[in-house]
Amino acid sequence: MHTSFNPWQWLADMNDWTFIGTLDDIPRLGARTVETPLGQVAVFRTAGDELFALVNRCPHRGGPLSEGIVAGRMVACPLHNWVIDLSTGEAAAPDEGCTTVIPVRCEGGRVSLGLAALGTVADG
Amino acid sequence: MNKAVRQRLVVVGNGMAGMRTVEELLGRAPVRYGITVFGAEPHPNYNRILLSSVLAGEKRVEDIVVNRREWYAENGIALHTGDPVIAIDRAARTVTTVQGVVAPYDKLLLATGAKPLMPRLPGLDLPGVVAFRGIADVEAMLEAARSGTRAVVIGGGLLGLEAAWGLRRQGMSVAVVHLMETLMERQLDAEAGHLLQQDLTERGLHFFTGGQTEEFLGTDRVEGVRLADGRAIPADLVVVAIGILPNIDLAKAAGLDINRGVVVGDDMATSDPDISAVGECVEHNGQVFGLVAPLWEQAKVCAARLAGDGGAAYATPPLSTRLKITGIDVFSAGRLAAADEDDCEIVLRDGGKSVYRKLLVRDDRLVGAVLYGDVADSGWYFDLMREQRPLGDLRERLIFGRAFADSQGAKGGIDVAAMSDDAQVCGCNGVSKGAIVSAIGTKGLTTFEEVRAHTKAGSSCGQCGGVVQAILAHVTGTAAVASEAMCKCTAHSHDAVRKAILNRELKTQAAVREALGWSSPDGCAKCRPALNYYLLCAWPGEYVAEQGSRFVNERIHANIQKDGTYSVIPRLWGGIATPAELRAVADVAEKYAIPEIKLTGGQRVGLYGLKKGQLPAVWADLNAAGLVSGHAYAKGLRTVKTCVGSEWCRFGTRDSTGLGIELEKLLWGSWTPHKVKLAVSGCPRNCAEATIKDIGIICTEGGYDIVVGGNGGIEVRITDPLVHVSSEAEVLEHCAAVLQLYREEARYLERTAPWVERVGIDYVRCRVADDAAGRKALFARFLHSQTYAQTDPWAERALGGVDAYEFQPLAVVG
Repeated sequence: MHTSFNPWQWLADMNDWTFIGTLDDIPRLGARTVETPLGQVAVFRTAGDELFALVNRCPHRGGPLSEGIVAGRMVACPLHNWVIDLSTGEAAAPDEGCTTVIPVRCEGGRVSLGLAALGTVADG
Repeated sequence: MNKAVRQRLVVVGNGMAGMRTVEELLGRAPVRYGITVFGAEPHPNYNRILLSSVLAGEKRVEDIVVNRREWYAENGIALHTGDPVIAIDRAARTVTTVQGVVAPYDKLLLATGAKPLMPRLPGLDLPGVVAFRGIADVEAMLEAARSGTRAVVIGGGLLGLEAAWGLRRQGMSVAVVHLMETLMERQLDAEAGHLLQQDLTERGLHFFTGGQTEEFLGTDRVEGVRLADGRAIPADLVVVAIGILPNIDLAKAAGLDINRGVVVGDDMATSDPDISAVGECVEHNGQVFGLVAPLWEQAKVCAARLAGDGGAAYATPPLSTRLKITGIDVFSAGRLAAADEDDCEIVLRDGGKSVYRKLLVRDDRLVGAVLYGDVADSGWYFDLMREQRPLGDLRERLIFGRAFADSQGAKGGIDVAAMSDDAQVCGCNGVSKGAIVSAIGTKGLTTFEEVRAHTKAGSSCGQCGGVVQAILAHVTGTAAVASEAMCKCTAHSHDAVRKAILNRELKTQAAVREALGWSSPDGCAKCRPALNYYLLCAWPGEYVAEQGSRFVNERIHANIQKDGTYSVIPRLWGGIATPAELRAVADVAEKYAIPEIKLTGGQRVGLYGLKKGQLPAVWADLNAAGLVSGHAYAKGLRTVKTCVGSEWCRFGTRDSTGLGIELEKLLWGSWTPHKVKLAVSGCPRNCAEATIKDIGIICTEGGYDIVVGGNGGIEVRITDPLVHVSSEAEVLEHCAAVLQLYREEARYLERTAPWVERVGIDYVRCRVADDAAGRKALFARFLHSQTYAQTDPWAERALGGVDAYEFQPLAVVG
């Protein structure tokens, strides 16, 4: 990342939806990653074709959630098996922590992210 | 899975002894037999001991069912209820039923049980005269209790008294007619018998002791009984409970040796070696059986024999009796009274509290005990008897019970901490405290139900349930709630799920979840990888692994590291490398600026710190030098560690390196329940550390020692010897067979060490070393499975484009 990059300006430009690919590009019960100047976002697809996106860092030790096993609306982090709720970003009890949720929408098979949320500071 | 070569086992009798034998057999050799069961009663298998509890209204019929129909289905057992077998054709090796079913067998198990002994007296056929043997009898008794008011029970033994108490609880006025002067004279001395009669009289039962029944009175229906002394007792229901007779008609007609029962040897075989018998129908060393403990022992031995263990032998265990009448505690074991002056009776009687205790001592050892009123020490006394422990100083305090004898007050109830490990807790099933503690520890049991399921303690008469729970609480601190269920999606255990996959031919994860009633439609991160493995193992070539059900390492064929980077470890067969291979590794490390090269514990070279996107290109370069995936990330074969052996070492007896390479070439690529590591040492100095590997081979001048179940991890475990063989070909066949057995029967994520601990090395030896045909079948199944497994996953991804999306971001923005 070169020094002239201004993340706040970038975020300000990201107010609208950003197209990232099609539904078919994302495996069922799996995830794909999106590279952004503020880090990776993981986009998940459930068995029922619901889409969710999270900052690709487990609140525990930063593990890549995109590599975890997806079941229902949960993903299990591959490093230490924390289970994160895809819809809220929150870790399942007894673990405590939260990763940032990125708005995602799918229209006619075209998937977009609301990347402005990357500016949101998650609890924990 | 090779059902065609299974032997056919036909079981005649769907009762407790027969089904316990089948359960034991399934535990030892789950796929060895195709099993067919014929039962005369229209019910699935139930716990006959608890019929008295059903009669007393303490349990319902469904509570005493041991194995539901689903259990038979899940285990692939064909069950025919309400269709008794009427003939055995030993020449044709078939049995024929009332309904005309003809079933062929390779092995036949007779578990025909016993029938009630009925006196040949006038009026026996009158409606209202019933036995106390089966569910139908209990239903008839309950029906009579609803319409009638008076019952007579003939027989004041264990069964008769339980029947009488049950009918009393149903509101009937009950009289017991007993031929002898005191009740339960075979188990109790006169003193205890009188106390029992006194207590039961207070509870509303009437007794006619020394009473010989001469006639059942009545015309259309029973109206009473008349005794030999002329007394007549009116009754709307008469229950006959004077004893049982072994059911031997079928065996007799088939020409088997019979006496009082079907004669069996220590191997539980009848005079026809292909026909075994267990339970109340048998006679062993002149003895017939009515209590449950020896039946369970027979079931164990018979199952072991059927599973191929030629050494199992039956001996009648010491017996004890307790009466199941709520609030009345009676215990008896061994001899009841002094026979000569060498026997010494020690007696304690507290008339006020209705407590009576008699111990019989001979040669400084306890040989008999009768307890009435307070039976808390029964287990302790029984252990002293079974162990034949010299009493010494203990003798003078013995009668006052354990707490006093040990001179340390037990804190209310049973002091489980003070119990010795071999103290017997469950008399019905012969389960010691040590076995329960061990099962709790090794299997992580936390509930009474789990302990009961794993150890069988408390699963028969249930009277030891409190002690079992006390031990559980003692071992686990406060017992938390958990179960042996595979995960929160299902109540089924790993073993039950595996059985169902095979027996019901379930071939997709969705089919398993649907058939077994999973609570979540796509499972969870715990069960999905397990199901994926079980299906892959059960249906090689048919089931296609679901990528989304694999842990990341196995999905992308590299090992995720703590920072989200990956390691790449190519296979170095037997730990041998060429200069070109080492150069290729070095070139790759430089070209891709890989942070670290490290020699692994398994004699390989590891590259660490790769980004995911680099993997296909790195693999392509390694492939070009002939290097393939080392599966260092897989629940599968990892490495075969070797020493240099006779090629270089002055002590080496054989070519351990060459053998290691051959083993690795045979076994690589297979998926297993957990990772598998091998080692081959060229001499007993064991430089390859074979004795802490899953499978180890130690070469000697005399051949090859194969050892299994070792682990050098968290809990170091030294291998158990499996077998000694003399050729490399035998080494390969045995190793592949034991690996296949582990693949088919271990639970997902269970290493070989805990697996061997759980099933016992004798079992593994029995299946792999002793059973040549079984071993060859395992070997054949392994080779078949390998035809679908031995493809280099790196090559598929480096050049073949498999799962290309895995290694690229979906989008790059900004």
